[in-house]
Amino acid sequence: MSKLLVRGGRVIDPANNLDGACDLLIEDGLVAAVAERIDAPDAQAVDAAGLLVLPGLVDIHCHLREPGYEYKEDIASGTRAAAAGGFTSVCCMANTHPVNDCAAVTAFIRQQAGRVGSGVRVYPIGAVTKGLDGAELAEIGEMKAAGAVAVSDDGRPVRSGRMLRLALQYADYFDLPVLCHSEDMDLVDGGVMNEGEMSTRLGLRGATRAAEEAAVARDILIAEALGKRVHICHVSTQGSVQLIRDAKARGARVTAETAPHYLAATDAWVAQYDPNTRVNPPLRTEQDRLACIAGLADGALDCIATDHAPHHADEKKVEYLLAASGISGFETAFALCWTHLVEASYLTPGELVRRMTCAPAAILGLPGGTLSVGAPGDVVLIDPAKRWVVDPARFQSKGKNTPFVGNTYTGCVRRTYVAGRPVWGD
Amino acid sequence: MPLTRKDLLGLQDVPAHEIEEILNTADMMRSILYANTKKTPHLQGKSIVTLFYENSTRTRMSFELASKYMSAASANISASASSVSKGETLIDTGVTLDQMGTDVIIIRHPMAGAPHLLAAHVKAAVINAGDGMHEHPTQALLDMLTMRAHLGGLAGLRVAIVGDVAHSRVARSNVLGLTAMGAQVVLCAPPTLLPPEIARTGAVVAPTVEDALAGADVVMALRIQLERQQRGLFPSVREYCAHWGIDKKRLALAKPGALVMHPGPMNRGVEIASDVADGVQSVITEQVQGGVAVRMALLYLLTRKGAGA
Repeated sequence: MSKLLVRGGRVIDPANNLDGACDLLIEDGLVAAVAERIDAPDAQAVDAAGLLVLPGLVDIHCHLREPGYEYKEDIASGTRAAAAGGFTSVCCMANTHPVNDCAAVTAFIRQQAGRVGSGVRVYPIGAVTKGLDGAELAEIGEMKAAGAVAVSDDGRPVRSGRMLRLALQYADYFDLPVLCHSEDMDLVDGGVMNEGEMSTRLGLRGATRAAEEAAVARDILIAEALGKRVHICHVSTQGSVQLIRDAKARGARVTAETAPHYLAATDAWVAQYDPNTRVNPPLRTEQDRLACIAGLADGALDCIATDHAPHHADEKKVEYLLAASGISGFETAFALCWTHLVEASYLTPGELVRRMTCAPAAILGLPGGTLSVGAPGDVVLIDPAKRWVVDPARFQSKGKNTPFVGNTYTGCVRRTYVAGRPVWGD
Repeated sequence: MPLTRKDLLGLQDVPAHEIEEILNTADMMRSILYANTKKTPHLQGKSIVTLFYENSTRTRMSFELASKYMSAASANISASASSVSKGETLIDTGVTLDQMGTDVIIIRHPMAGAPHLLAAHVKAAVINAGDGMHEHPTQALLDMLTMRAHLGGLAGLRVAIVGDVAHSRVARSNVLGLTAMGAQVVLCAPPTLLPPEIARTGAVVAPTVEDALAGADVVMALRIQLERQQRGLFPSVREYCAHWGIDKKRLALAKPGALVMHPGPMNRGVEIASDVADGVQSVITEQVQGGVAVRMALLYLLTRKGAGA
């Protein structure tokens, strides 16, 4: 019987409104006790003095790239990166090759995670439509049986409103949420960065914020008319936050995420044409950044998801227009959020932890995200005072694509445990 | 005084005194163009490559002639637009040219920021000869050279630029350069061809072409491309011409003797009436001559680095 005793840390467990100095005991892979003082002489003890003790972080939106794009990332490197970032549960999007649009691919991802993964729990997200091409529904029921926890055509929107409507109805039968990449591609019109002063200065084609907002509005309204639930991915604009806030206020069943890069960077970062700033939706303005933060603070936005999107260096060492979209995000996510939300006094530590643990877990009905007795023994130890410089050469991820290189952030993941077993740590 | 910069990627970060230096040098170079024997040893022993991913007649020719007049070894590479995404990467091409001992690479590329990418990876000086919708600094310099020659200076001038500002790298570079030199740039375009928040780059946006031209010292028309109409950005050449075309009647709103300019190639009868383009106020052909002088000046200044003051 394995026992792990995490002693003397500051335990933050928002699901139980707990924030205080506590010991934590994990037994047989499950949380056994959280108390001011626990004596367990037979347990392996870990000194957490000066550290935060949090439920393992939960990421409901990432790209592990396997099968098919192992040159960008594979399940082994991706789950190592997740562990290094403090994540114990990650949900990987379906835009692999082949697309995860059938049970065989879903099962492969689960098996591969078991075979070569770091121990971090991997939950596949199935495609909404076959081949992500928006024409025919994928076999959602089969994928659910094989372990899919949601469906999404992420990487692209479900272009047809009719198809999205069918998907919302059909997926609901299997109790799977539909995660929407909400963008009107017609309005995006080839834009590669936010449309505004910076796109004008740089001569890059801009994507209007209305391209995202029009799609967010459409997706909410289609779901609302059906009375079904819908989840909006990677919200990046003030207008989207407000649309979601309003929808929630009138009782629509909508949830939403934003990503760390929208909280930590703006379109001003594109100034030197650094292809690592290219991401979809694009980095927006300071006003949008602050609106996303406000949305997390008041609950308009439910959670933070990384949209970890690793790419090969060759795909970024090209003209901005030719560069692949995405940021390798696992290993900077917590520090970016801690620095820009907690240190900047927008969110309390407990509020941030909620947005990265129990809130995302609740959206997809995942176990974990809390340290309740009987919950999975997934825990992360973080030094909240440690300042560190982002050096992608030290990433566990194969994707070194980050615009945050060379910047200093606060908050350093020290140890990560899944079911009481170490998956990352010094 | 040689320029200390390695490259000329745009006028975004070029201060007024450097623009002044380039224009003064260009004025000196102009005398070589008037000479009977157009040959100087300024670039002897230097090698200059033009690397063009887009078609160009005047820009490319003027760089090439500028190199030849100054005794440089020059070579031209034409790459098709499709080779941008399918062929050798820009960085690899640049490194290859570097290894061959190229001193200056002049690049035209359909994508904004390409010259910056190249410059970051080569030892050679890089001159931006137009990148996407971003900048075309040598065109703005030659425009300024022409204005200065006729109007005495740039400070206090009112320069009206009319046409497809959204897609125009010429307009962007002129806004930056002229504003730095103390001139006021007034822009006018169909709203669908005006880039967002352009006013924040220092230009003034006029509601109508009449407002733009009123009291202008310089009137510059920009080329309107037919494919913009096909993409739905304006309904017809006829309507464009009626609302934004530069004709004699509109030109009369500008100051007496105001200069008429166009970066070329012109669509006669569309953005500019032929009698205006060929009229006494037009300096369009002179712009071309200024282009060679400006490029001679730049090549000279950028290759003198490290040669001692």
